Amino acid sequence: MEHKTSTIKYDDRVAKGFIITTLVWGTLGLTFGLWIATALVVPSINMGQDWLNFGRFRTAHTSALLYGFVLSTTFAVWYYGSQRLLKIPLAAPKLAFFHLITYNLVILSAVFGAIVGATTARRYSEFEWPVALFLVISWISWGMHIFIMIVSRRERTLYVSIWYFVATFLGIGIVYVFNNLEVPTIFVTGMGDWWHSVSLYSGTNSANIHWWFGHNAVGFVLTVPIVGVSYYMIPKRAKQVLFSYRLSLWAFWGLIFLYLWVGPHHLLFSSLPDWIQTLGMLFSLLLILPSWGSMINLLLTASGKWELLRTDPVFKFLIIGSTFYGLSTLEGPIQAIRSVNALSHYTDWMVGHVHSGALGWVGFTLIGAIYVIVPEIWKRPLYSNKIAEQQFWIQTLGIVLYAVSMWIAGITQGLMWRTTDVYGGLVYSFLDTVLVLQPYYIIRAVGGSFYLYGFCMLGYNIYKTISPARYKKEQTSAATVV
Amino acid sequence: MKIFDIFERNGLSIGLGVFIVISIGGIVEIIPSFYDNARPLNYSKPYTALELTGRLIYITEGCVECHSQLVRPFKIETDRYGHYSLSGEYAYDRPFLFGSRRIGPDLFRVGARRSVDWLEAHFLDAESTSPGTLMPDYTDLFTNSVDYETVYSDMYTQKVVFHVPYDEEGMPPLGEFEDMKESLLDEAKEIGPRFKTKAIRDHLENDEVKEVVALVAFLLRRR
Repeated sequence: MEHKTSTIKYDDRVAKGFIITTLVWGTLGLTFGLWIATALVVPSINMGQDWLNFGRFRTAHTSALLYGFVLSTTFAVWYYGSQRLLKIPLAAPKLAFFHLITYNLVILSAVFGAIVGATTARRYSEFEWPVALFLVISWISWGMHIFIMIVSRRERTLYVSIWYFVATFLGIGIVYVFNNLEVPTIFVTGMGDWWHSVSLYSGTNSANIHWWFGHNAVGFVLTVPIVGVSYYMIPKRAKQVLFSYRLSLWAFWGLIFLYLWVGPHHLLFSSLPDWIQTLGMLFSLLLILPSWGSMINLLLTASGKWELLRTDPVFKFLIIGSTFYGLSTLEGPIQAIRSVNALSHYTDWMVGHVHSGALGWVGFTLIGAIYVIVPEIWKRPLYSNKIAEQQFWIQTLGIVLYAVSMWIAGITQGLMWRTTDVYGGLVYSFLDTVLVLQPYYIIRAVGGSFYLYGFCMLGYNIYKTISPARYKKEQTSAATVV
Repeated sequence: MKIFDIFERNGLSIGLGVFIVISIGGIVEIIPSFYDNARPLNYSKPYTALELTGRLIYITEGCVECHSQLVRPFKIETDRYGHYSLSGEYAYDRPFLFGSRRIGPDLFRVGARRSVDWLEAHFLDAESTSPGTLMPDYTDLFTNSVDYETVYSDMYTQKVVFHVPYDEEGMPPLGEFEDMKESLLDEAKEIGPRFKTKAIRDHLENDEVKEVVALVAFLLRRR
């Protein structure tokens, strides 16, 4: 074997940028979440101000977390990992900086828009057309960067994480653009709010297309890139190769094929044609296969290194993250079965499901990834393992409180809605079913505050790790590749 | 794994492969029923100026985050909320407002069970009509005036771009901007006197329509 030694100058400035912005968006988004959780306990918390209401901040909460936190961390991992996995320094750094700056401006305007009430009311794509257009431009700059890196790589094999990043770019790109087709009214009449638009789709079609998008916002923002991050971080942290390359391939193609079919499970028993609903339910069940394929593959990658769970808090985040992936991807398909959905739809069980996935799987995997790459790109050891350890337990407790209270709340409310007396009449008024949820809403808010507190510990830990570096100009790092 | 080799070697082939695999689900599930789903029922009509104004306020305030507008075909739902939803009833909804969480009750046929009085009191102080409710007060709706320009813009776009039958026989009028302003005001003056808040009625005398009037009109239309 011939060994050729060359030095690659890694340029991690953009990765650093996304790490810092992701901590900001994460903290803000979780704070918004705590705010609306509290509003459901004390509705008068709005102090008479309409803009502080649940209806406005729920959108700010999801925009800041889904697009601000989750995708920013994904981008940080991309700008860090693509150089190492493809064995070339950062290509097109100006494009990467353009992406960093425009993307954060998009999130800023999205959050601002949500709070002032400029919204299209389409869940997860509430951005009005100027912001949506701006997002597409920023998104394409990331896509261009992906393909430039792939084309100019020096490593023949594309590691599976790269596949997932490519799928994230294309998947979100396709569903986002089609769902957001709309006519800006300002170009038709020249009057009214310039950001206002009319959707190209109406009624049931609008719902069908929207949930085709909506479930793939879950699929391609909260799943695909996170699986990619996990496939990179777990083997790296365990210092072992992936358990099965073959399984990773089948799981990848299975996942991206099946995900696009499952949207109609959000519309079971609606005015959508039955055959579409049935397909949605069926494919939701099939989705267990690739999801569990990835989960098993990731967990088995750690086999033989389980002692790390005792000694390494970062490894805990990654492994528990994948475990939550397994739980959520079993719970979701079960809720997509018609008869279960009849009970669970419209209730807090759905909220619990989303949050055990988002806080457990997505949050923990990304927190783990941040802990892995920050010491490497700033080239200094993590400030405190102890804080990370405490953070892990506080946040785990937070997730358990959140998920369990929402399971109970959801099933309670669902059962009360359908309770009838011996004559077939409804037993409970709607208000009865709201009042009974109060204790669970309090527990949920407490669980959420634990998670937020843990996230602030992450921010503090990272700040302490990197702050001495602020006065050094050294921005590039070198590594030796064999 | 020979069949995957082609994707691994080339950035464009993996891109193309992913693109094709991703597209299939949407093509199968969305395109075939596109025409049928968009057909209005014989008796459905587009929203009038005042109703559409209310709908835009409903969107702005994020009502959809807590209220659904989709009655499922179960007896326990039809007993509570009225007849289950039909696709044609949504034909003029751009975008749909089905919602996915009921922190508050379904509103698809709320107009059949609530009056102007009740709705007004509910927006002023939700606690007064529904003790223990989680709904905050919406007092700003009583001070903000409606935005004629945006509503006209929306309606006109629906008419010329999407062929929504405004101005056709038996359908709501639109006309020019001034015509629309006038018909919006007429509608508001129809339900305005039923409001208890004196300020709302006084403003209407001066041809000024507050947001709450439009929102109530939109909800009353939901039946």
